[in-house]
Amino acid sequence: MSWFTKSSPAAPPEPLPDIWHVCSKCQSHIFKKEWEDDLKVCPKCGHHDRLGARERIALLVDPGSFREFGEEILPSDPLGFADAKGPYAAKAAAAVKKLGQSESVVTGSGDVNGRRIVLAVMDFRFLGGSLSTGCGEKIVLAIEHAIQFKRAFVMVSASGGARMHEGILSLMQMGKTCAALQRLAAAGLPYVSILTDPTTGGVSASYALLGDVNIAEPGTLIGFAGRRVIETTIKQKLPDDFQTAEYQRDHGFVDIIAQRKDLKSVLARVLAYRVK
Amino acid sequence: MTSSPAKRVAAWDVVQLARNPGRPTLRDYASRMCDEFVELHGDRVVADDPAIVGGFARIGDVRFMLIGHQKGGSTEERIACRFGMANPDGYRKADRLMKLAEKWGLPVVALVDTAGAYPGLEAEARGQGEAIGRSLLVMAGLKTPILAIVTGEGGSGGALGIAVGDRVLMLRNAIYSVISPEGCASILWRDGAKAPEAAEALKITAPDLMELGVVDGIVPEPDGGAHADPALAIALVREAVLENLRKLSDGPSGDRLVEARYRKLRAMGAFDPKKAVKA
Ligand SMILES: [Zn+2]
Repeated sequence: MSWFTKSSPAAPPEPLPDIWHVCSKCQSHIFKKEWEDDLKVCPKCGHHDRLGARERIALLVDPGSFREFGEEILPSDPLGFADAKGPYAAKAAAAVKKLGQSESVVTGSGDVNGRRIVLAVMDFRFLGGSLSTGCGEKIVLAIEHAIQFKRAFVMVSASGGARMHEGILSLMQMGKTCAALQRLAAAGLPYVSILTDPTTGGVSASYALLGDVNIAEPGTLIGFAGRRVIETTIKQKLPDDFQTAEYQRDHGFVDIIAQRKDLKSVLARVLAYRVK
Repeated sequence: MTSSPAKRVAAWDVVQLARNPGRPTLRDYASRMCDEFVELHGDRVVADDPAIVGGFARIGDVRFMLIGHQKGGSTEERIACRFGMANPDGYRKADRLMKLAEKWGLPVVALVDTAGAYPGLEAEARGQGEAIGRSLLVMAGLKTPILAIVTGEGGSGGALGIAVGDRVLMLRNAIYSVISPEGCASILWRDGAKAPEAAEALKITAPDLMELGVVDGIVPEPDGGAHADPALAIALVREAVLENLRKLSDGPSGDRLVEARYRKLRAMGAFDPKKAVKA
């Protein structure tokens, strides 16, 4: 459990944990301790369960090397949006409080086997990892930081798409983040994109698939349109492996599929090829 | 007569106007707004997507690259071009034509009218997400001016995929949204019939987008909407194209243009602590 750090010391005490974890894919009962030691990968079927941003950061960077920035950027409510369940502002504030992080992405710098990088890590638990104005702003700040300090930029995506509660300004974050990536490329700096479950919608249609190298965890859902929308549109059943990481690799959109336990070493090996 | 841009209309009524099949299509603008249109076909990889049409265009002595979604006129044509919902091949064609415009020194005029990118098996297999993302990257770095005009429906990533502009305009009865009102209603209201409420909440009309700083101007429409008098609607867009291309030609070029475009995008949704939610 050394890679696992509690997100916030201020979080309320957790209820006593159930000793069993039930795999959401194969329904096997696994000792929770064993499952957590295996980085939340099912020992029976290999299913990679979702990780929070801080768990992911602990997995990817050297212990103690992560320096967070951009945590002052909180969600905004540019439309004054409210739906059937009430105002968006309250929902967003609750997510900040519950997860102890300011937005659906955590950004900062850290070392991968001693090599300093800038990284932005999305968290699906924060309103479905949705791309909002705050999230877009944090990602752009991270990319600008990478440019300023001539670092490689590593993006870890986990998102259902744009945050509709912030309307058109969420959509514009797709353009804004890609424009920052264009500057990163113009500066000759590496961009490694790590796609984790799920990477769909507007995030798949902006920065997630634009890496110099795209790396995905096994079984990750990666796609633009939702399976049901496509099935309704084309009136046919889609293959089981449709939009998996393996499907995307076989269609030319993912370079490497890495097991979670190997992810850091694969990232380190790739980054070592930046020699200029 | 044209309607006043100040008049407040219910968003759901604007949605109906924006989707009216009698509105001018890209091919109407190409043939009736332009004095010449030389269509260029294909993405040079697999296909020529009929949902995105482009080519060299001229109004008077002003030459530019015209690119846009083609929704189609007749029922057969609408089906053939998937109602303007593009495949990855469409975005890759747009990329190719934009780079060609840059190379030959032409500005780009992009006319946006789509419900969204096509949700299909082949679209996914050929990388719909990657294609749109790549387009965003290409437009961000393009060293020639881009004028984007939402003429009807500006549906999400499928619209933005050709619409990162130095100037972005909307027709008075066009809409531009992160998600369709129906889609938003079915997710957040769990009831597609609440689309009119979602349309209002999403702020998708031209005056809304002006206020949010996403568009730079509103092109007037004939009374009753563009379908009521297509010839006048086309003439008004023609006037807007000429006026805005003139403005852009007086503006920065090359690296300074790319920098200005970045600053424009960078300001959209920039963080303001005073507007943050209270955690
Ligand atoms: Zn399992």
